[in-house]
Amino acid sequence: MDLINAVIVLLNYTIIPALTYGSQLALGAIFVTLIYGILRFANFATGDMMSFGTMFAVLLTYYFQSIGINFGFLPTALLTIPFAIFMMILYMLIIDQTVFKYYRIKKSPPVMLAMVSVGVMFVTQAIIRIIIGPTDRRFLDGEKFILKATEFKEMTGLAEGLTIKSTQMITIVVTIIVVAIMFWFLNKTKTGTSMRAYSDNEDLALLSGIDPKKVVLITWIIAGILATIGGILYGLDKSYRPFVYFNNMLPIFAAAIVGGIGNPYGAFFGGYVIAFAEIFLTYAYKRFLVYILPESLEPNSLMQLLSTDYKFAISFSILVIVLIFRPSGIFEGKRI
Amino acid sequence: MRNYLNIIIAYSIMMLLIILVGIFQSWSIALAIFNYCMISAVMTLGANIQWGYAGLINFGIMGYTALGGLAVVLVSVAPVPEAWSVGGVNMMTCLGIIILMIFSTRYILKNIQKSNKRNYLIAGIIIVGLILIKIIAGPAIEQIEAVDPAKTGFLGGLGLPVLFSWIVGGLFAAGLAFIVGKVALGLRADYLAIATLLIAEIVVSIIKHEDWLARGVKNVIGLKRPAPYEIDLQTSPWFINLVEKFHSAKLDLANSLSERQDILNQLVIDASSVYVKLCFAGMFLVVVIILLIITQKALYSPWGRMMRAIRDNEEAASAMGKNVVKQHLFIFILGSAIVGIAGAMMVTNDGLFTPGSYRPMRYTFVIWVMVIVGGTGNNFGAILGGFVVWFLWVEAAPIALFFINLFTAHLPETNEIKVHLINSAPYFRFLLVGIGLLLIMRFRPQGIIPEKIIKQ
Repeated sequence: MDLINAVIVLLNYTIIPALTYGSQLALGAIFVTLIYGILRFANFATGDMMSFGTMFAVLLTYYFQSIGINFGFLPTALLTIPFAIFMMILYMLIIDQTVFKYYRIKKSPPVMLAMVSVGVMFVTQAIIRIIIGPTDRRFLDGEKFILKATEFKEMTGLAEGLTIKSTQMITIVVTIIVVAIMFWFLNKTKTGTSMRAYSDNEDLALLSGIDPKKVVLITWIIAGILATIGGILYGLDKSYRPFVYFNNMLPIFAAAIVGGIGNPYGAFFGGYVIAFAEIFLTYAYKRFLVYILPESLEPNSLMQLLSTDYKFAISFSILVIVLIFRPSGIFEGKRI
Repeated sequence: MRNYLNIIIAYSIMMLLIILVGIFQSWSIALAIFNYCMISAVMTLGANIQWGYAGLINFGIMGYTALGGLAVVLVSVAPVPEAWSVGGVNMMTCLGIIILMIFSTRYILKNIQKSNKRNYLIAGIIIVGLILIKIIAGPAIEQIEAVDPAKTGFLGGLGLPVLFSWIVGGLFAAGLAFIVGKVALGLRADYLAIATLLIAEIVVSIIKHEDWLARGVKNVIGLKRPAPYEIDLQTSPWFINLVEKFHSAKLDLANSLSERQDILNQLVIDASSVYVKLCFAGMFLVVVIILLIITQKALYSPWGRMMRAIRDNEEAASAMGKNVVKQHLFIFILGSAIVGIAGAMMVTNDGLFTPGSYRPMRYTFVIWVMVIVGGTGNNFGAILGGFVVWFLWVEAAPIALFFINLFTAHLPETNEIKVHLINSAPYFRFLLVGIGLLLIMRFRPQGIIPEKIIKQ
């Protein structure tokens, strides 16, 4: 009985939140890695692009709520995803045509493109703040919990409750669907194969008749879908605040590099590595240990390895360690 | 002379803009902008040494700035004796353990062959060391933070003169740069950018959350100043006399003695703030000029030529027998140290240390925009970039307000779009700086004042 309680504690406070957070990071990390693999630069505007897509979801959610449209027990924001994705892709394509295209055709070094993306980051942040402002916004509606702690306790008769928030479930399910479709697309369709070929060897791909314009277009479309969905899921789960999205860029980068930049499978995996490390290292294990250890050994401190203040620092430290010992990432990097 | 004509014109326009601010807004604001421009210029000089001379991309400027600021606290604040007596011994023991860990790891790395045994040994040392530190430091930290938490709750500093901390700030930053350089300099350019950015985040989060060190997000206020305090100036007779002499024409217009006294008081208050800022401006100017002379000399020395050779073709330079790794590390440390000095200058200027305010946007990306806009590889360009971008950054909101009012003049005051735009005027600075960066990168990628290579 104690063992089951201990497992429930772990599940409730570490594993489910880590899976949720990991999914959100994974979507962002695949976005980073796709841009890096095919367009060949580190996109410092990642966080703000995600924020840009989410902004439309927030505004449309408010609009839908005001005219009385809702999605039953699911959040209205899910309904707005197609519109938000459309706006996001439109914005990305405009940016690509006006800014990135010039450097791509000139074959500028990646650092130059990274610096340009810093400029895009500034502009995007300005647009977001001018349109929606820097304040914290919640746009979650519908049913908040799938399983409440009290219900779970009644059902099973255990001392510990298990809570599953609807946003956690939505995040995990949507991520699995999106990522599955994307991997199917990259591996099984002709366009996906041409994208992988372009990423592996640009010259060879061009020789074999792959249209670079089409590859770039498809890349931005996929990137737009990933960025918007990732952003909306994060916003639903926590809240929408432009500054936080900018900061999220850092763990997302960490996830992409840890997995091996340029490799979407690695990025997907890296998201969970970062999320699990952050949550497992900052969780106070006291309650868990109380259940599994005999009474004489019960800990009197919190049994926390690191204070939660260092949550971000952990993901960065993992990144630094990976960079020192395996610069190409856990999976071999630079492949799609 | 002709070579320097564009530099002189660019700098004169910049000075004119600041003087215009002085005339239209106030001299106090103009001087505040000028001081911050100069601090930015020092940071830009540091970044320019790394990027312009050697092609190393360092997005960790925020971390070095924060360390420079920390140096001011650790050097100039008076020590807190109670905190030292409750936790000093333990903290010093921890410091000893860390030093011991470093040296024993170095010893093992040098004397034992590369093997699994060596890895286990090092891992063992680190784990044992961390556990020891946690056990020894844990209670001490709690006790230190309990000492009058509203005012101190930290160990305090050494109580030395604050100017000394500028050097210490540079040394701190150099120390960090040494570690970062050892770890990350082998990485490719964009990886290096990300790695340095994340390491800087780690440094800032440590400063933010280790309250015993510098009070963390509770901030340290009322730091020492190398300049007189406004309140002292306002009560000292020589200063009042000076203001009286300076404004005698204006004072003579007063009708009565009490009115004259009121005007004089107001003038003295204004003048004291201007005087303090002038003192800072003088000190910063000295630093900027010294750094400019040194960097200029270095750029055109054999060493500078070697750095450019390494930047332009690493393989060729290393084939000529130049030690690329060592030179990269050296220049990385040098540039970071200059940024550290700037960080210390900034905290001294503000008189307070607020770790919560160190954010990558303001302290990494804006500085990079300065380097790119000003001119990579040219010190005059870097300083100008610091001035131009900081000026835009500060004055963007008033400029944006002016244009919003101009374009929405036909709309009524209560129009929703107008109100919304006016409320979001502060965010136009991001737009201005971003578009500025994009335009410069597109149409003048070498910056306003491009790099000039003098051939002998």
